[in-house]
Amino acid sequence: MTPRRLGYDGVVLAAPVTVPYERFSTRSAHWFLGRAMRALVESSGLEKQAIDGLCVTSMSLAPDTAIGMVEHLGFQPRWLDNVTFGGASGMIALRRAARAVQVGDAEIVACVAGDTNQTDSFRRGTAAFSQFGQDAVYPYGSGGPNASVALLTDNYMRTYGAELADFGRICVAQRANALGNPQALFSKPLTLEQYLKSPLIADPIRLYDCVMPCAGAEAFLVMREETARAEGLPFARLVGAIERHNAFPDDPVQDRGGWIVDREELFAQAGVTPEAVDFVQAYDDYPVIVFLQIEDLGFCGKGEAKDFLAGHDLTTTGSFPINTSGGQLSVGQAGGAGGFLGIVESIRQLTGQTVGTPVPDAKIGLVSGFGMINYDRGLSTGAALLAA
Amino acid sequence: MTMDQRPHRNPALPPRRPTTPPILRSRFALGLTAAAASGRFALQECLDCGAIQYPPREACHCCLSDRLEWRPRDGAGTLLAVTCVRKPYETYFRERAPWRTGIVRLDCGVSVVAYLHGRCAEPPARVRVRACLDRAGRAVLAALPDKDVTDMTDDPLMREFSNSPKGRHVLVTDGTSEIGQAMAIAAAEAGAETVWVGASERWKAAPGFEALSTIPQVTLLPLDVTDTQSVDTLAGQIGGKVDILFNTAEFHRTHSALSRRGVETARVEMEVNYFGLLRLAQAFGPAMSARAAEVPTNAVAWVNVLSVFALANYPSQGTFSASKAAALSLAQCLRAEFRPAGLRVLNVFPGPVDEAWNQTELPPKIAPRRLAADVVRALEDGLEDLFPDPVARDWYERWRADPKVLELELTA
Repeated sequence: MTPRRLGYDGVVLAAPVTVPYERFSTRSAHWFLGRAMRALVESSGLEKQAIDGLCVTSMSLAPDTAIGMVEHLGFQPRWLDNVTFGGASGMIALRRAARAVQVGDAEIVACVAGDTNQTDSFRRGTAAFSQFGQDAVYPYGSGGPNASVALLTDNYMRTYGAELADFGRICVAQRANALGNPQALFSKPLTLEQYLKSPLIADPIRLYDCVMPCAGAEAFLVMREETARAEGLPFARLVGAIERHNAFPDDPVQDRGGWIVDREELFAQAGVTPEAVDFVQAYDDYPVIVFLQIEDLGFCGKGEAKDFLAGHDLTTTGSFPINTSGGQLSVGQAGGAGGFLGIVESIRQLTGQTVGTPVPDAKIGLVSGFGMINYDRGLSTGAALLAA
Repeated sequence: MTMDQRPHRNPALPPRRPTTPPILRSRFALGLTAAAASGRFALQECLDCGAIQYPPREACHCCLSDRLEWRPRDGAGTLLAVTCVRKPYETYFRERAPWRTGIVRLDCGVSVVAYLHGRCAEPPARVRVRACLDRAGRAVLAALPDKDVTDMTDDPLMREFSNSPKGRHVLVTDGTSEIGQAMAIAAAEAGAETVWVGASERWKAAPGFEALSTIPQVTLLPLDVTDTQSVDTLAGQIGGKVDILFNTAEFHRTHSALSRRGVETARVEMEVNYFGLLRLAQAFGPAMSARAAEVPTNAVAWVNVLSVFALANYPSQGTFSASKAAALSLAQCLRAEFRPAGLRVLNVFPGPVDEAWNQTELPPKIAPRRLAADVVRALEDGLEDLFPDPVARDWYERWRADPKVLELELTA
């Protein structure tokens, strides 16, 4: 069946901003969202009220949602959305915002994700993450996402013969990428030996397989190309985007994601093949999830990510740059902002506004999101292709 | 009195405060616990399309029907993935880490996250999944090896779910009855380190009482549950050491409301069966709660020998039924109050027991030795409710189906 979906022609992303990350913060999510909105206004030079659409992601904003932030920050948008899909939030926010500016429901949409992190917030967030989680996962040793992804990793290793060092290669390369990024919480090099010797958290997952929860925010603007040109804003074009939820519910253990279902359409929208991609910002809550994305987005076959990645230099200036800012594994995971990190970094790379090392001659970037381990698997997947 | 051979807690250190696993479950998930409380593993099944559901839910994931019913499953499945959680978030788990968990694909077509018995083979391995009550009294799934292995119950995980008398100090509140004697013997045979056996009026004891004292672990002590001072005195002596309390004290007569004038007999039934439990709870409960975390020599369980007549009145033993119903109600209260400490209340609901006061009851009647063996087994399995014999199970099934219909049957 031929998809009858309208393309994303004419939609662009601009004004990549990051509110510096902190391991713990006494500030609320409201503060981080407020700083991000201020940074968007300042960096874009737009009047505050020119932003007439708002899409808010936060996992620590309760009892507020997007509507609370509108009054808190004094906006009068004509389009508003609240997107809380964990690591898939960035992809979903982008797709919603793109359609809004395409049809004229809004002229300029701010997509903003911010979270705080207090000393006990991760445990509390995990304990009450979902009803299935509360009923059928958290009472089993309360290992949180570490334990859930450990089971996926164990199954993946048994099924496809991947080894720890295969995963470690990603962590080591991303740390090298992070060394050029002053906003990364991890600023020391990481060797494969250090990775392999790091303490076990939930077998086979070790310390450096896990992201560090932190506070921070990421944001960007979505508008039509002519708006960006009129405002004189450097932009990246959205040339393809997909999302999928609860794909393959009958798989006994998750070893693939919904990207497989939609990847053909993603590349068809953009009129390119995976070979044309200059860098990949993959959702890296754990290395095994990066493996799934590399395979399911069509860079290699199922189970072949270890060989594919081993055949490449994964650093920013390498043959297959992954997570060029360092990714969540080295920058930190600021809650829902973790799903925005790759988008913001892609805009920087494609508009020549990099904070760290630029990918040489980058024309097309792929960003991917993954999230919502509601029970035993991540339900939400999304991906987008951005072009300079 | 038996000397305490177990290691003593260092008095200079603060006592270990009881912690429990997460207790929160959705209302629709509690069906798993309700089944596990009496040792059953049940999953929701769609009455319209037959699909099995897990985790528990409100609507069928296949046909969206809301007609989901909890039905027993055999738990057979294949272990596909394992992990060992070394850094849990919750204090209870941190204190006992690591925890081995896995994903099991049940043959009925759902994947479950489950704890793993230490003897489960490497994936892919055939396993049996059963539902156990954790220290919060909530059901969790555990995968056991496909076939029984030796020392099955000595696994640390199984010990955590179990309330076995092995190595523990137990008190049987009344050893003068056949049930009390059987319970004391069964506890000793199950490896209890100390068995204290209470008796109020030894001259009234059933044959076999004096022979109890020939069992090495057994010590006979004066205890009259109708006398607050007697209960408090014994609690002062051994209350800080009791790990499992078997309340076998029972006054049993076979009267209906109209078969006898006066309330004296009924009052004694209430004094023993209801107020006796309340006195014991107030005297022994707080110390047992406080010691619930002193693993491995911790207080673990409280056993009430009730009667299936507690569920619905059996008119030929009408006043006895009423006293047991009162005791059941109080036991539910006790369960709520013991929950934060992780102390299990095991309620035992026998049908007619084969003893003198049930002379005119027709068989089947459960023998005291059999009853006691079932109680020990229920403790080892970590149960909360035990219906040990065919009559009890029959009543329970009818009661669950419709308590009003059972009442109509009993009053016919």
